[in-house]
Formats: sequence, structure tokens, C-alpha cells
Amino acid sequence: MWWKYLIGLLMTGMIIAVFTLPPPQTVIGDASRIFFFHVPAALLGFLSFAAAAIFGVIYLKNRQPSADRRAAVAAEIGLTATVIATISGAIFAKVTWGAYWNWDPRQTTILGVLLIYAAYFALRQAVADRQARARLSAVYILVGGAIAPFLFFVLPRLYSSLHPKDSLVSGQGQFVLTLPVALTFAASLIAFTLLGLWLFQLADRAERIKEELEIKGDYTRLPRTIPYWP
Amino acid sequence: MPGSKSSWAVKIVAVLVKDLRAEYRTRYAVNAIFLFALTTLAAVSFSLGAGGIPGHYLAVLFWIILFFSALSGLAQSFVKEAETGTAVSLKLNAADDAVFFGKWLFNLILLLGLECFLVPLFLVLLNADVARWPLFLGVVLLGSLGMVSATTLIAAVIATAGVRGALFSVLALPILLPLLVPLVRVTEYCFLADSVAGSDELTVLAAYAVVATVVGWLLFPFVWRD
Repeated sequence: MWWKYLIGLLMTGMIIAVFTLPPPQTVIGDASRIFFFHVPAALLGFLSFAAAAIFGVIYLKNRQPSADRRAAVAAEIGLTATVIATISGAIFAKVTWGAYWNWDPRQTTILGVLLIYAAYFALRQAVADRQARARLSAVYILVGGAIAPFLFFVLPRLYSSLHPKDSLVSGQGQFVLTLPVALTFAASLIAFTLLGLWLFQLADRAERIKEELEIKGDYTRLPRTIPYWP
Repeated sequence: MPGSKSSWAVKIVAVLVKDLRAEYRTRYAVNAIFLFALTTLAAVSFSLGAGGIPGHYLAVLFWIILFFSALSGLAQSFVKEAETGTAVSLKLNAADDAVFFGKWLFNLILLLGLECFLVPLFLVLLNADVARWPLFLGVVLLGSLGMVSATTLIAAVIATAGVRGALFSVLALPILLPLLVPLVRVTEYCFLADSVAGSDELTVLAAYAVVATVVGWLLFPFVWRD
């Protein structure tokens, strides 16, 4: 439980630090601060997809419904985080390059990643049989996981991109952040990852309860157990 | 003899020959893929009308037509087994690896056959001149290998899922996307004599085909067996 309070502290401290500690960047000004939200969101997206692929392997090994459920939940969080990274990137692109979307290799490939995981959910919806759905979607998330590195790593390096590469390490291989800024960045990476873990836990529990109710045939009672608003 | 290499090849070829014979009798996949390609090409050249188009757009159109034609036909090999109820006897009589690579080869032959017909027609109808034939043939071959490697497993997924039609394109296209950009770039080089050829792209295309084939081969038993 304690680490959930830590998320609150880290997030609050990080947001205050982001807007006070680093000086505005010389060329693009305050827009550079988006870095502290964009990069952790992208990292969370990447980690969630890796987790989804690992749960896919676990499912194919032991055929436990829990592994399939966790793969789906991880992919869901990954998709959300990647959408956040894409949108924050587009805002940054508007400020620095003048347009939200200009088919930079990074933007093209992140769209491909989003499409792969959208297709994963399309497959899950299309297959009615529980076991077949689990098996086929585990296979698909692994194919996606094998192909996604081409999108994440290979293509953006093949074509010249405007995406900043020297925010952390300069072209000479030197670490460019001062210590307080580096600590802020580390705090935001940790805060986003922990937030992802918490979301994962919550969504996993909600899905498990839904499955148990479905199995009991008590699904119709579900609306009454959830308090209506207001 | 399971395990020895020669029997492996024999089993793969047996599955391939069975598929080719079934295809010769029904012309199920061939009709779907060839007619789709022909109508798409006709629609494209109708809409463009006379007049040359720049090499970049030519390359884009070329691969879009080929991608969607492939997506219309490459699922048939597995879907047909599921529809006619022959999948069970195939599972009993052939090893998983033989089925996967037999279907893989069948799809490759189908796609290369389509290209023998589509490429000359495309070049004639759209007034395209290929400046570098060896590079062009190489990139078409590598592109076909990549497409077949990725779609064979997805076709098995579709057939097992019992859902056909649009879902195949939905599942296969995002997986094929990493191919599209390098393919279009290299094909563009082939149409324009003056630009430099990218060997980096060819490496990426070959790596994609290898990765997709290995992943497909490893995951195929999980799709094929319950």
C-alpha cells in the first residue's frame, strides 16, 4: 500500500520541479518541459507492451486464464500510455516544427505500433470462444512484440528524423543534464512506471471480478453492486 | 523418418504439392487474388488517366496494389482447410513444421505468380520505366518473402478464429507496415535512375523476412493445435 502514497508524493514533487528547476530551453522555451511527461509515457508504453508479450508467453506455457487477462490489461495500459506519448509528441511537434503531424519517421512508426495493438483488441473482440481467444491473442501479441522493434528501433534510425536524440546524452556521449534536473527526470520515470503498475493492479482486479461474476451467471447483478452516480 | 532432414523436405513438398493440386482443381485462391489485383490496377489506371506520374507515387501505388492483392488471397490456404473440414486430417497426417512451411511455400508461389502477371501489366498501363532491373527484381522478391512470412501465421490465426474477411487485413496490415516504407524507398530508386540505392533498406527487408519466418514457425503449433 505504501508505494501508492509514494506515487502521489513523487508525482506532485516531480510536477513542481519540472516547472521550477530546469531553466527554459534557449530555442523552444517552456515547451522543452514536455520532455518530462513525453519520455516517461513512451517508456511506460514500451514496458507495458513487453509485459503483455511476457504474459503471452506465460499463457502459452501454462494456459492459465489469469495470464491471458493480464496480457490484455497490460496491452490496454500500453496502448493508453502510447497514445499519451503520441499526443504529447504531436504538441511538441506543433511548437518546434510547426505542425502537429508531419510524418516524421518517429510519428509514422508509433502509428504502426498503435495499429498493432488496436488489431490485438480487434482480434480479442472477434473471437467468442474464451480459450481460442486467449491462445490466438497470445500468439498475436508475440508476433506484434517481434515486429514492434522494427518500428521502435530500426526504421527511425534508417531515415533521418527530426525527433530529438540529444536530450539526455550529447553527441559526444556526455550526460547533459545537471543533477537536480536528472533527479527530476528519474523521479518522473519512476512515478509513471509505478502509476502504470497501480493501474495494472486495479484493472486486473476489476477484470477478475467481472470474469468471476460471468462464470457464476451473476452478471446481471453487477449494476446494482456498483453505486450509481449521484 | 521424423528428424532426418531429407524426410523434412519430402513432407514439406508433400503439403505443397497437395495444396497446388487442390488449387489447380478449384482455383479458389488464384481467382480471388488475380481478379482483385486486376480490378485494383484497372481502377488505379482509370482514375489516373494518361500522363506520367513521378517515381515516388509510382512506387507507392505499386506496393499498395500488391499489398492489398496479397491480403485478399494469402489467407485462402488456411481458410479453405477450415471451411472444407480438411484441417483435421491435415493435423493427423502431417507434422506442424511441414504444414507451416508447405503453406509458406504455397503462398510464396502464389504471390510470385501474381507478380509475374501484375508487374508487366503495371509497367505497361502506368507507363513506368524501370532503370535498375536487378535491384527492382531483388526488392520485389524480398518484399514478397516478407509478406509471405508474416501473413502465413496470421492466415492460420484467422482460420482458427473462425472469422474471415476484413479481420485478416486488420491483423496483417499493421504487422506488414515496417515493410512498406523501405519497399517504397527502394522501388523509387529503381524508377529514378539518378538516385542512390539503399543497401540498408535491403538488409532491413531481409532481416524482417527472417524474423517473421522464425516467429511464425515457432508460434504456429500454438495456433494449429488446441
